[in-house]
Amino acid sequence: MLSFFAKPRIRGGVHAEERKAATANLPIVTDFPLPKKLYIPLQQHVGKPAEPLIRVGDKVLKGQLLAYSQGMISAPVHAPSSGSIIDVNDYPAPHPSALPIRTIVLETDGNDEWVTTPNITDPFQLSPEDISLRVGAAGIVGLGGATFPTAVKLNMGRDNHVDTLIINGAECEPYLSCDDRQMQERADQIIDGVRLMLHSMVAHSAVVAIEDNKPLAFLAMQTAANPFPAIKVIQIPTRYPMGWDRQLIRYVTGKEVPIGCRSSEIGVTIHNVSTAYAVHKAIRLGQPLVSRVVTVSGGAVARPLNIEVPLGTLISDLFVFCSVNPSHIARIVMGGPMMGDSLPHTHLPTVKATSGILALTQSELKNTEEQPCIRCASCVSVCPAGLRPLDMANNIRMNQLDVAVDIGLKDCISCGCCSYICPSNIPLVQYFKYASGEVAARQQAQHKSEQTKRLIDARNARMERIAQQQAAEEQARLAAKAEREQRQAEQEVTT
Amino acid sequence: MITHLKPSSGAHIGTPVTVGHIMGQVMLALTPATAFGLYVFGWPALNLFVITVLSALFFEAVCLKLAGRIAKPVLMDGSAVLTGWLLAMTLPPWAPWWIGVVGSGIAMILGKQVYGGLGQNLFNPAMLARVALLISFPIEMTTWANVSPLFFSDSPSISDSWRITFAGLTNIDAVTGATTLGFIKTEFSQNHLLPDILKDYSEILNFIGWTRGSLGETSTLFLALGGIWLIRQGIIQWHIPVSLLLTVAVLSGIFHTVDSQHYASPLLHLNSGAMMCVAFFIATDYVTSPNTPAGQLVFGAGCGLLIFVIRTWGAYPEGSGFAILLMNSATPLIDYYIRPRIYGRDRKGKPIEINKS
Repeated sequence: MLSFFAKPRIRGGVHAEERKAATANLPIVTDFPLPKKLYIPLQQHVGKPAEPLIRVGDKVLKGQLLAYSQGMISAPVHAPSSGSIIDVNDYPAPHPSALPIRTIVLETDGNDEWVTTPNITDPFQLSPEDISLRVGAAGIVGLGGATFPTAVKLNMGRDNHVDTLIINGAECEPYLSCDDRQMQERADQIIDGVRLMLHSMVAHSAVVAIEDNKPLAFLAMQTAANPFPAIKVIQIPTRYPMGWDRQLIRYVTGKEVPIGCRSSEIGVTIHNVSTAYAVHKAIRLGQPLVSRVVTVSGGAVARPLNIEVPLGTLISDLFVFCSVNPSHIARIVMGGPMMGDSLPHTHLPTVKATSGILALTQSELKNTEEQPCIRCASCVSVCPAGLRPLDMANNIRMNQLDVAVDIGLKDCISCGCCSYICPSNIPLVQYFKYASGEVAARQQAQHKSEQTKRLIDARNARMERIAQQQAAEEQARLAAKAEREQRQAEQEVTT
Repeated sequence: MITHLKPSSGAHIGTPVTVGHIMGQVMLALTPATAFGLYVFGWPALNLFVITVLSALFFEAVCLKLAGRIAKPVLMDGSAVLTGWLLAMTLPPWAPWWIGVVGSGIAMILGKQVYGGLGQNLFNPAMLARVALLISFPIEMTTWANVSPLFFSDSPSISDSWRITFAGLTNIDAVTGATTLGFIKTEFSQNHLLPDILKDYSEILNFIGWTRGSLGETSTLFLALGGIWLIRQGIIQWHIPVSLLLTVAVLSGIFHTVDSQHYASPLLHLNSGAMMCVAFFIATDYVTSPNTPAGQLVFGAGCGLLIFVIRTWGAYPEGSGFAILLMNSATPLIDYYIRPRIYGRDRKGKPIEINKS
């Protein structure tokens, strides 16, 4: 009976057309021609941007530290290849706005020469703290797309005595197959990364969860994990958004992460398979995170591929390599088609978060012709977070943002299921992102006006105090004067 | 290179299902029952059907014009046709032309467009119109034509049908009669008992729809088949039809078991009046029913309860129109109280507690 209630279940979600076949059966391309210039943004992670420690004109080697991590939640940035620094300035960011952010521009010399990397014979002799330190120094962040610094997560896992490490191999977004390919080709290295993470967190068991539409990856991972009883490889149902960390945690452990808590607080930590691979490279080979596997796919791509690209490679270079037909592109998306953001042009760099670049044709896109909501409630039934997107959107449309917040706006994970399913083509996620931004802006404005009011009040009080002081001084002066005059008069009388 | 950007957020892909597609599927599901109804009641029924649907489109277009909107894309979404269609199905098959026109006018103007059009209305437009017609024109709305199928010698010809539709019936008593539910109600008022009243009642003919009744509501068989198909297509969910029919069946079952002289059997209830049409096609209207499965169960049960109560103790033989409208008005309340639980929160919206064990 108890197990009935504890039974893990999946809530909501959609079964989107996968469209992974174009890239899932081709090996990862590792001989991508080195671009002439690499544009390396200083913020490729959640938290504070990194601070550059090189100067324009410096010669750097591949893997050399370019900018160091600032503060608790931040990550350093390393040179993706050898060459010279030609600029440190603002360049467009891979974001829908393409607003400029601080970026290091590296002109490659074509040698791709590594810095001398430390040689570690047995990393399991290192202390757990040392492992997270090295992971942090290698600039590793969550490569599933969240880009939260991995070292911070490892530390939290250790501090909270996490018992289960979940490795997210769901890759539930359509089109993307970079994790699938890595699991097929680099299973041993990934499993090694998982063992290192376990060691770093002093945790004892890991579960690698792979959606059942990737049987080859499952087999490869199972074979690789076979010698290690602490690591279990399981298949999970294929249903977007299975890779949402909290959905996966509930499915695997049956536990739900309370709102406002980190998963480590309920004894679970979740990392992506690509992150595990990066940890392996950082600890075993001493190589920082300077490249990642990117899926380039979509209807406008003549040669869809998974490519290992140096970070900072422009999307336009990738598109040339994959023979993208620019006239067919209706939208460029970074990430998957469900949660990814559209990009205004291709002169933007790939970053640590770039799991895929999609060049979609008009026929692949959802119709944008908006019709009135017919309250069909399909958005309610597909929402994995248990929200009512239609009510939230209605309130946002009427500018009742606080009502939208009350009914769960902040619990929205922007997974895109509601937008995907809506028969009226209402861009619900767009509404929610707008509203969240607007709420934040309003709170900021209110905070600012409160601060202003406080300053004005303080100034008024100060002025009043000064005026009182002056009045008191004036009175004292008058009194002194009167006294003086009186004394003078008395003297005159006596003389 | 600047490409299309909006919307910048996902999902960039989506299901090809559109509003028009959904309306089309519902119409497809209605087609067998409608075709059967048109066959059973002949040319006058076809006249009324066409008039009702066309006037629904006309009134929708007029309202859109008044609102300064471009009518064509809205008319193409199929919702006006569907409303007219559903309304026509609930009308007495030989009702005069103006019943269809006035009904469509009420449905489209008062039932839908005054609220702001598709998706905004509180009440099901077709049911609102039907109930308004029933109260305003009780004679026309309770004149039930005999079964008189197309191409039978006794049935009205095309020219007869125009006279019936546009000039009215002349020999009313010869060609009309009472529905099963209406007959039971009048007989009860004369202190007759059920076994006596129902001695000529044929379950199988009622099941197929070979009986007096509204244009498209008589055939339990075809309506249920269409409804089940809609559920299988994922257009409607099972919750409302199942809870509605189950509630009626359970309630009538209890009363029938206790006193079979005065209370009709569950089979008779499910097999008569607007039951199937309402359960599968009217109560499941997205706009006027709750959003959550639990809310839909409550809504369906409420409809079932009211239908049973009105049929059994009310002044009208059939109560489904009233039941739907009453439950429509409760929908916002149901949606307010019955909400899905948000991930990581309890039912009250507080973060769930961590179980330290």
